[in-house]
Order: sequence, then structure tokens, then C-alpha cells
Amino acid sequence: MDPLGQFRLTTGLGPLGASVNFTNSNEAMLAAAAIIVILFVFGLRAGALVPGRTQALVEILYEFVHKMCIDTIGEEGKKFFPLVFTLFAFILLGNLIGLFPYFFAFTSHIAVTLTLALFVFVFSTGVGFYTHGFRFFLFFVPKGVPVWLLPLLVPIEIISYLARPVSLSVRLFANMTAGHVMWEVFAGFMLLLTAGLGIFGVVASIIPLGLNVALVALELLVACLQAYVFAILTCLYLHDAVHMH
Amino acid sequence: MDPAQTALLARDIGAGLATIGVAGAGVGIGNLFGSFVSAVGRNPAARDTMFRDVLLGFALTEAVALYALVIALVILFA
Repeated sequence: MDPLGQFRLTTGLGPLGASVNFTNSNEAMLAAAAIIVILFVFGLRAGALVPGRTQALVEILYEFVHKMCIDTIGEEGKKFFPLVFTLFAFILLGNLIGLFPYFFAFTSHIAVTLTLALFVFVFSTGVGFYTHGFRFFLFFVPKGVPVWLLPLLVPIEIISYLARPVSLSVRLFANMTAGHVMWEVFAGFMLLLTAGLGIFGVVASIIPLGLNVALVALELLVACLQAYVFAILTCLYLHDAVHMH
Repeated sequence: MDPAQTALLARDIGAGLATIGVAGAGVGIGNLFGSFVSAVGRNPAARDTMFRDVLLGFALTEAVALYALVIALVILFA
């Protein structure tokens, strides 16, 4: 039993892909991006006043993220909506593609999530300095605190600010990895039961199988929830950068 | 017992100990949903607006449990 073997990278797209190290992770990323674009082109082509099913799906996604941006960041959120929506859709599709058997969840690699999280971190810090100049350093000085406490609090604020990309990336990566490992472990129980107990083991395997079915529902929730959490934390960081509190 | 075996044993025990942190997340998630249920009992109309914050809190709390899992995996495989 090798629970982590499912995350191993292999080369995709035949010999051409092998020559440029095009991995199955890259395949899943391309698929996620393509699905989003096709869904939007297909859904918005009609532009009907009374939307059909695809158009309704696209509009619900759009309005959900748009409302989240405005509610969290404020009026300035409109400027950042394209970024937040891209991140949300990419991560959501990546999580959902990974749920299918024989497909690859690229969000279960720390390299991918850390890249996304570092981009958000650098971008929101950049927005902070662009909006406030060097006064952005005042962000690390909490208001309404006695002066003698500041030497203690400012380093804590700076450390917690620097920990943001770590927690943002580990949260997504660990959630996806843990879910897929759990599936593999319960599937391994079925093999162990069948190998160890014979015909009785085959009947008893219904229990881990049932648990795996229930886990699919949980993972579906987690896949959507983690994309939402990543997007709303991006919004919160941008709110901090724009409003400084 | 030879040192190599002792090291393997210590590694496995360490990975087991690392998962104790999950208890904290269990308390946190129970607390979160307990508060949510009692809040909805007082004001059922606010259920939908509260539930969004609860989901966010749930994801943040669950992540803490997964940090423990990551540490256990690092001990076992890294």
C-alpha cells in the first residue's frame, strides 16, 4: 500500500511531452483552464435575458465572487475582481478534477499552492505600498496600544504577516492531500480484508466502501470550500492592503 | 534492539504523537458548530448569513488539524 504514490508526477502527452517535461499536473492545469474558458464562452454566447442552464451556472459563479469581492474589500474590490475570480475558478476546477478516478489533483502539490499563495502575498504587499507608500509600514503598528508594548507587538505582527503565504498554501495542499490519502487508506482496508478473511472479508469490505462513498461527499464539500477560503482570504489580504486595518 | 530499529520505532511513535494536535481542532470545530446551533436557536432568521462565516471558521479550524497531519507525514516520509 502506497498512499502517497497517487501524487507522483509522470510525463504526459507522449514522447513530445516527455521531451519538455510536461507532467500530468500540467495536463490537469491546462484542462482546468480550458474548462473555465469553454464554460464561459459557451454559457455567455446566447446572452439571453432569461438564462438557460449553462448561462445560469456561469452567472451564479460570477455574481458569487463579485459579491464576495465587494463585501470584503469594499468599493475598490471591483478592481481586484478579475484576479480573485481567476484564482477561485482555477483552484475550484483543480480540486474538482482531482476528485475523479485516474485524474490528477494539482492542488495537492505544495509547489503549486505555494506559487499561488506567494503571488497573492507579493501582490497584496505591492498594492499596500502602491496605495499608501511607506506609510504601509504603519500596518505593523497596532492602534490604541501602550507604547511600551510596541517592541513586543510589532515583531509579532510582522511574523504573522510573513506567515500568511505559508498558512494559505499549506491549508489548501494539506486539505487536498489528506482527502486523497484517506480514500487510498480505506481502499487499502478493502484489499487487506479480502486478502486476510476470504469470502467473509469480501462481505466486510462493504464497510470501508461505504465510508469511501461518504468521503466523496465530504471531499466535494472540501473542494468547493477550500477554493472559497483561498479566494476570501485573498480578499481579506487585499482589504488589509487597501484599508490598512 | 539495534539502533536502526530503535530509530524506526522512535519515528513511528513521534508521528503518532504529532497527531495529538488534532484534539484541539476537534474541540474547535465542536465549539464552532455548538455556538452556531445555539445562535440559530435564538435568531433563526440570521441562519444564512451566519452559516457563511461558520463555513469559513470551519475551514480555518480544520486547517489547524491538517498542520498536525503534515508534521506527521514529514516525520514519516521526509
